Amino acid sequence: MNDPSVAALHLALDVHGRDVHSLRAAISAAEQAGFALATFSDGPLAQGVPEAGTRAAFVSRLTDRIGLAPTLHATVTEPFHLATQLAALDHASHGRAGWIVGAANGVDERATIGAAPLTPEQLREELADVTAVARALWDSWEDDAVIKDAATGRYLDPDKVHHIDFVGESFTVKGPLITPRPLQGQIVVLAPDALELDELADVVLIERADAAAIGERARAAKEAGAPLAFAEVSFGFAEPDAVAKLVDLLRSLAAVVDGVRLRPADPATDVPVLIEQVLPVLAAEGLLRPAPRPGDTLRATLGLPRPANRFAREGAVQR
Amino acid sequence: MTEPDTGLYDPHARIHLGVFLTGVGPQLIWTDPSAAPHTAIESFVEVAQLLERGLFDAFFLGEGLRVRENRGRVFDLDVAGRPDAITQLSALAAVTSHIGLVATQNTTYNYPADLARRLASLDLLSDGRAGWNIVTTDNAWTGENFRHGGWLAHERRYERAGQFVQAAKQLWAAGDSGTAVEYRTDLVRLRTEPGVAPSRQGRPVLFQAGDSEGGRDLAARHADVVFSANTQYPKAVAYKLDLVSRLARYGRSPDSLRILPGASVVLGDTPEQARERAAWVRREQVTGPRAIAFFEQYWGTDLSAYDPDGPLPDIEPSEGELDPSRGTISIEQRTGKAAQIQKWRALADERGLSIRELALEVSPGHPAFVGTPAQIADEWTRYVRTRAVDGFNITPYLVPSSLADIVDKLVPELQDRGVYRTEYQGTTLREHLELPPVSEQEGIG
Repeated sequence: MNDPSVAALHLALDVHGRDVHSLRAAISAAEQAGFALATFSDGPLAQGVPEAGTRAAFVSRLTDRIGLAPTLHATVTEPFHLATQLAALDHASHGRAGWIVGAANGVDERATIGAAPLTPEQLREELADVTAVARALWDSWEDDAVIKDAATGRYLDPDKVHHIDFVGESFTVKGPLITPRPLQGQIVVLAPDALELDELADVVLIERADAAAIGERARAAKEAGAPLAFAEVSFGFAEPDAVAKLVDLLRSLAAVVDGVRLRPADPATDVPVLIEQVLPVLAAEGLLRPAPRPGDTLRATLGLPRPANRFAREGAVQR
Repeated sequence: MTEPDTGLYDPHARIHLGVFLTGVGPQLIWTDPSAAPHTAIESFVEVAQLLERGLFDAFFLGEGLRVRENRGRVFDLDVAGRPDAITQLSALAAVTSHIGLVATQNTTYNYPADLARRLASLDLLSDGRAGWNIVTTDNAWTGENFRHGGWLAHERRYERAGQFVQAAKQLWAAGDSGTAVEYRTDLVRLRTEPGVAPSRQGRPVLFQAGDSEGGRDLAARHADVVFSANTQYPKAVAYKLDLVSRLARYGRSPDSLRILPGASVVLGDTPEQARERAAWVRREQVTGPRAIAFFEQYWGTDLSAYDPDGPLPDIEPSEGELDPSRGTISIEQRTGKAAQIQKWRALADERGLSIRELALEVSPGHPAFVGTPAQIADEWTRYVRTRAVDGFNITPYLVPSSLADIVDKLVPELQDRGVYRTEYQGTTLREHLELPPVSEQEGIG
């Protein structure tokens, strides 16, 4: 586990890639540069880009250490499918899956499923319910549910595969998941701070105007129970002193958050400058966490423990 | 008695092969030490690359909507646990170059714009190798995992499927052109601006698997390939003739739709070895506990106290018909339970069969093709040259070894007979299947 007292940053990069070639190149550059995590932005009306979950899955066998976190929107899909897709990504990547909680709720976005936007109250409930149900489904198979006992002919121990009987505000899910428990136990959940899901998230992504405001929000997130807080940093190098400014910003952020998600204005030109001119300065000052090693899970890279299974705990108490 | 025939013959017809990995069920033997770890990504990669070496057209994954149960408990005797198909196939797309990647996805518990977008994404990322195996589901039991559980009446599931597929085709035709698409019918409602560019094959290849009246009609209207259950030659011929007449109704040529029935294959170096192997496979599939579980579904009660090697239970089955919704018995078994059990009792009495022996006789899953590679190659050559089928979709019993046998032993025999490719001619799934371009397919139905 990383030492939480060290003021050094985890690095996430929003990876673009409209086609196979640019996607391969982008993920390879990010992994080589030592990023902890690649994120894949998306929306139901995104233009010119494949769906984020498929992009993350596509690169899962082309990489061996970088985390992969697609944005999947809780508001325009079935929660059961969403949980299954992320569990499959975690298995395919050997424990490197993350999920950026998406909350598409515009008139046009919701029209893609023939629905009207949710009210702010409904949206809050929906996001909390979808996140909670995904977490319950990821626990629905205990780690040792598959027993392959040839003597009795039993492949599974049915007492270790659980109905979750989730009852939310607008939907119910019986469970269990069709996919065995993810290798990380729980997929790393990254929630934009505006969604106010701090207590359900592993990482709160904070978007604020300056380092002071970001720090303040990060403290609130930690108090609410989020283990980690990352700052959202959009960057570009059009201005002449942009490199120095970005270095300064990241220096000040290192004191107040655990990591940053870097979002390039123009991926083709900005990412190489970031990697060649910005990151080496910060690394030299000891402000960057070490790069993940081959085989590391995303949880291990971020210093998050592998959670115990809620159903295993209940079972233990009963016995 | 004369053999039925299609009245067709094509000496140049080619066999198209796929593999359908259901991921669950009694046909997959997990007790053998050679069985690959069932849910490990490495096993899927190994199979996909093996099939690519064997010049297969396609690799299919099943869909899971609920873990199967027997009498209210998670069913523990079969392999279980499977990935999301589109996610898994997207991962496989990066480490394969030719094989088609087909995802089974239902039209009941999916949103059309969302599913169409994910399928188009797989198609683009695989450079034109995606397929969609269209299935329907309707029951409240699987529906318990979804927002709209049990919303669709059984009789209307293919209406929804037809509207869903029509909407998906419109979305794919729009590609990333920036055109808004609105689709509004009684069972599908969406408005979106699709944003994924079309692949080199235009859109995902559409497979249809249902054998009901509604399923056959959906196939004739929309599908590029049918994955039929009509494997025995006379049934295959009847199915072909039925489908050809349905195609004509929609203005489609017989060659615009490929027929790939499901097939289980057991090979041996001699006919005798193949028969012995098939008997072994069957015994591994129908174990004592599985035989008990098979009859428990019909009796509707706990039979675990009975000895699988002893006689049939003397107690009466529970009242009421079977519930085929739990994924362990076929939909045709909805009615006629009492008569079925009476028939089985008579058979067991007449031949002195134990519970397990009776299950070996009557439970489904007998291998369709048992023989030497040369025997099966001859048989398959006849099937395709008489145009009864265009190939087979193989369901393996042991992964990967039963598939490796097919690639290493059966494929060369097929190649020797000139009914199987010796190298891939194209790169897209549509090209492998020798289907007309999408532009010639659409605008019908």
